[in-house]
Amino acid sequence: MSNTLLILILLGLMALAYRLGMRRSQRLVGGPGGVRDLHSLPSYYGFFTAIWCGLPALLVLFLWVSLQSGVIRDLVIADLPEAVRTLPPAQLGLVINDIQNLAQGNIVSGEVSLEMERAAAHYQRLRQTSFAASVVVVLSLALLGLSVGWRLVSPKFRARNRVESVIKWLLVGCSTIAIFTTLGIVLSVLFESIRFFEMVPIGEFLFGLDWSPQMAIREDQVGSSGAFGVIPLFAGTLLIALIAMLVAVPIGLMSAIYLSEYAGARFRAWAKPLLEILAGIPTVVYGFFAALTVAPFIRDNGALLGLDVSSESALAAGLVMGIMIIPFISSLSDDVINAVPQSMRDASLGIGATHSETVRKVILPAALPGIVGGILLAVSRAIGETMIVVMAAGLSANLTANPLQSVTTVTVQIVTLLVGDQEFDSPKTLAAFALGLLLFLITLVLNVVALHVVRKYREAYE
Amino acid sequence: MLSITPDTVALGAARKGVITAGFSPVADDARAINGTVGDITSADPRMTARNVNVYYGDKLAINNVSLDIGVNEVIAMIGPSGCGKSTFLRCLNRMNDTIDICRVEGEIRLDDQDIYDSGLDVVPLRAQVGMVFQKPNPFPKSIYDNVAYGPRIHGLTSNKNDLDEVVEQALLKAGLWDEVKDRLDEVGTGLSGGQQQRLCIARTIAVAPEVILMDEPCSALDPIATARIEELIDELREQYTIAIVTHSMQQAARVSQRTAYFHLGELVEVGKTDDIFTTPRHRLTEDYITGRFG
Amino acid sequence: MNKPAVDQTRTIDRVNATLKQRYNRERRFRRFGLAAVILGLLFVALMFLNIISQGYSAFYQTRILLDIEYRQEVIDPAGERDPATLSAADYAALVKSALRALYPDVKGRGEKRELYGMVSSGAALVLRQRVMSDPELIGSRQALWLPADDDIDMLVKGRIDRNAPESERRIKNRVLAWVEQLEARGAIEKQFNLGFLTGGDSREPELAGIGGAVMGSLYTLIVTLLLSFPIGVATALYLEEFAPRNRWTDLVEVNINNLAAVPSIVFGLLGLAVFINFFGLPRSAPLVGGMVLTLMTLPTIIIASRAALKAVPPSIREAALGIGASRTQTVFHHVLPLAMPGMLTGTIIGMAQALGETAPLLMIGMVAFIVDIPGGPMDPATVLPVQIFLWADSPERAFMEKTSAAIMVLLGFLILMNVIAVILRKRFERRW
Repeated sequence: MSNTLLILILLGLMALAYRLGMRRSQRLVGGPGGVRDLHSLPSYYGFFTAIWCGLPALLVLFLWVSLQSGVIRDLVIADLPEAVRTLPPAQLGLVINDIQNLAQGNIVSGEVSLEMERAAAHYQRLRQTSFAASVVVVLSLALLGLSVGWRLVSPKFRARNRVESVIKWLLVGCSTIAIFTTLGIVLSVLFESIRFFEMVPIGEFLFGLDWSPQMAIREDQVGSSGAFGVIPLFAGTLLIALIAMLVAVPIGLMSAIYLSEYAGARFRAWAKPLLEILAGIPTVVYGFFAALTVAPFIRDNGALLGLDVSSESALAAGLVMGIMIIPFISSLSDDVINAVPQSMRDASLGIGATHSETVRKVILPAALPGIVGGILLAVSRAIGETMIVVMAAGLSANLTANPLQSVTTVTVQIVTLLVGDQEFDSPKTLAAFALGLLLFLITLVLNVVALHVVRKYREAYE
Repeated sequence: MLSITPDTVALGAARKGVITAGFSPVADDARAINGTVGDITSADPRMTARNVNVYYGDKLAINNVSLDIGVNEVIAMIGPSGCGKSTFLRCLNRMNDTIDICRVEGEIRLDDQDIYDSGLDVVPLRAQVGMVFQKPNPFPKSIYDNVAYGPRIHGLTSNKNDLDEVVEQALLKAGLWDEVKDRLDEVGTGLSGGQQQRLCIARTIAVAPEVILMDEPCSALDPIATARIEELIDELREQYTIAIVTHSMQQAARVSQRTAYFHLGELVEVGKTDDIFTTPRHRLTEDYITGRFG
Repeated sequence: MNKPAVDQTRTIDRVNATLKQRYNRERRFRRFGLAAVILGLLFVALMFLNIISQGYSAFYQTRILLDIEYRQEVIDPAGERDPATLSAADYAALVKSALRALYPDVKGRGEKRELYGMVSSGAALVLRQRVMSDPELIGSRQALWLPADDDIDMLVKGRIDRNAPESERRIKNRVLAWVEQLEARGAIEKQFNLGFLTGGDSREPELAGIGGAVMGSLYTLIVTLLLSFPIGVATALYLEEFAPRNRWTDLVEVNINNLAAVPSIVFGLLGLAVFINFFGLPRSAPLVGGMVLTLMTLPTIIIASRAALKAVPPSIREAALGIGASRTQTVFHHVLPLAMPGMLTGTIIGMAQALGETAPLLMIGMVAFIVDIPGGPMDPATVLPVQIFLWADSPERAFMEKTSAAIMVLLGFLILMNVIAVILRKRFERRW
């Protein structure tokens, strides 16, 4: 990690720049007594110099590090013999991997040829050159910046304003990360999806009834040609989400009503946080619980009743997912119910309605939009939930509405397609990104609608 | 059915005796401050409150108030903010039950029934003593459903035609029928403020209560809507007993037959409305009416 | 009385007629609500009981007392004490001969294999370590507690029914008899299993530990914290204190709210496509895991930090601005320190979320079988929840116990973090 050392040196230089800038500003006005003649406090002149010293250098270093591996890779490839260069991208990737491993002294998968040795040496040389160059460029940039910043220091110079505007731009930069994340998600899934749709027609993907992504990797391999119909995956996802909602909505809603309308203060004070524990339990724990406790329990009891229950039944996954979503529904409902103004309750009680009549006929109808919004958010979460279904639901696509059978979901398929060995260009891998795109779009629509509904509801009572 | 138990009569008489024994046209505070000036009783009382104390937690909000509310009269309760008039009103149909820390002592009777009796059920009580609130609070449902809410939950009608009839009558009595008869399906919250408040009154009337409590029903309304509500109160008086809390002395003077003046949780003076506004007997009442504070 | 009064008597009669029914319905509704709460609490209790009852025993390990003779001819025939020789010696043979000495009448290959199988293959590693650190041991004898095989472990812990017929039990009658002999002599017992907390993963359940996963989680969380806290706080500061209300900030806000609800696995896809395939960062590295989790926890931290900033009353800002502080000085000198406890609380909760997250890390390859304990954020590593996922998939009965115990450790960390968050909130909560 020689880059760490470089960064430490840069930080040291920045500290030096800070002192130099501060000293200079004080000296220019004749010692600490003259600080009043400065436009800004001396420390701002220090910060200003430090920013000039560090910021450009750090930016360049960041760019260098993020681009160098790609550039070096291209250079190494360009130097490889013709036969290797024209390999399909997947195999070329393996060769490059081997070269990198060889260069780092790791174990290599294949046999080491002379060309590989040469390429590895080349790779190693390029890396060293690149690092040396980056050290020179970055450090000279830092020193140059330092001297520029130092020269700019003068009593009339508005260092504070400059420093503050740099800070402001840093803040602006941070706030754009949210946008870049969304953009990154959309672009990364979209590009791979487009490549996928070049191989598999989009109509077949969206409306196909068969899902079996096993593809023949080599021409001579016996195997299915792969079918990429997403309908059975969605049916499975929706089946499990439906079961989850059937568990979570009544329990979550009723417990929210009970806790906010009926329960005494003391009961509420311990029951509510205990229920909220469910929200903090990692999903992998729910998956473990579903796969090793609930699913066998359901299967054995089903067998007693003479039912043929799969050991990866949709029921087990849905049930446990429902438990996970209970606190989500209950805390959202709680918010919404509390937002119904007291005057509504008074009006109903004042006419002689019982408490439950008030809840059922006035509060719930009034809170309905908010509750619906909350349920939509919960559905979106159920559709996107991964670990429970990866551990407790099946792998094979099965178009059924029977909750006792095994189904698979979109997220399960994404995980199975991408975990383990993968070639980056086979439709099998790319299909995972197409599924990801679909998942992203569906949850996005659900979230936007739900957030809109909830916001409108809030505004109605504000 | 409206007879008062001997105890109550004795108590009322005794109290009256104490109070009437030594008042002067303008009472000197020393004597009158602990008792109510004027006649707290009514010839034909529907509700009688005796020695009522209300606490919020440890804080005494109403101190020893006794007052009758007579059949087919409008009694107005006035006083500066925080004087306890609304609290007292909410005691009359036990709306204070909804506030956890609130505690009521003393005796309040509706006809013969002690409404703070431990065995008493608040649901039928509130069906008999309806309430209209300060801010119009229609449910976010259709106009029809708003009015039909009470009859429906209480099971007052057995079929749709009866219910239609009840809703129409209630809206007619509330003077809203002509304005809304063509749009009963529209949401009640879409009406104007004055219409909303009349809708709330219709909703209360639809249950056919004996007493209607109104807690500053016009404070959120403009003068024209206020005038409509005041007219309405005057019409309703013929069939119902009405207790109204108001900030506005003019309103009290316009709509009520009797007026009660509250001050810092005490009932200072009660009397015929005309007397209170022309010849107040207690200095506090006089100061309030002449606008020295309030 | 007059007419309305008659009418009203009828009203009250009708009200009373249906009253009983209405109160029944009231009671039913109330009971239904209570049942929902109790059901929810029951689920919590069930899960905790289930996991604790399965997992507590993993903190103990069955060990067998063996009389080991460090024979020179096996360890170091040449007598040169060369570390390479010492390291490559056949320590398993020492264990085997100790076992043979215990049961001299065991004959036949099959029987012998069963006898040797009672002790874990990790026993040889223990011996090697001892000899390597102290070569003087060679030639001496020593009584040592050595780890038993996982099947014996399960038997001693009562997870295997001794009364079951031989065909349905993983332990042969013969082995059972040996174990009972050892028990009678007090030469087999359960001891605290430090290796579970400090060791790396292993294919052998009795040797597998969560140390590697815990370190992986630690590095991942450190990366997440270092990235997400400054970025999250800076974003919140900008949006709350500096940003003008315009299309751009609206866009940022909508984005943040949506990101909070995007499925975590989608972040994994992003990490795979951008960090690994585009920037060429190594797979399975805590650095990449931390970067992915940063993007995932940012919305939580930003939303909590904004709430904390909103709670600082405007009068504080006005006071500072009024004596001539710049906007930036006001924010950094007055507003930020006051909002910091709230921001920290939100950050801890975000970190707890990140600690429990599994799905996106599967996408970036943190799911590999890794024996070594990672030494830094660039080493291949796995994290605690992924370790749980991997073990939950293993068929051995003993891994179920390990999985539950790992869950207990994970939940312990999460509870600790949440308790800190609650204390922080209670301690620094200010009412303005």
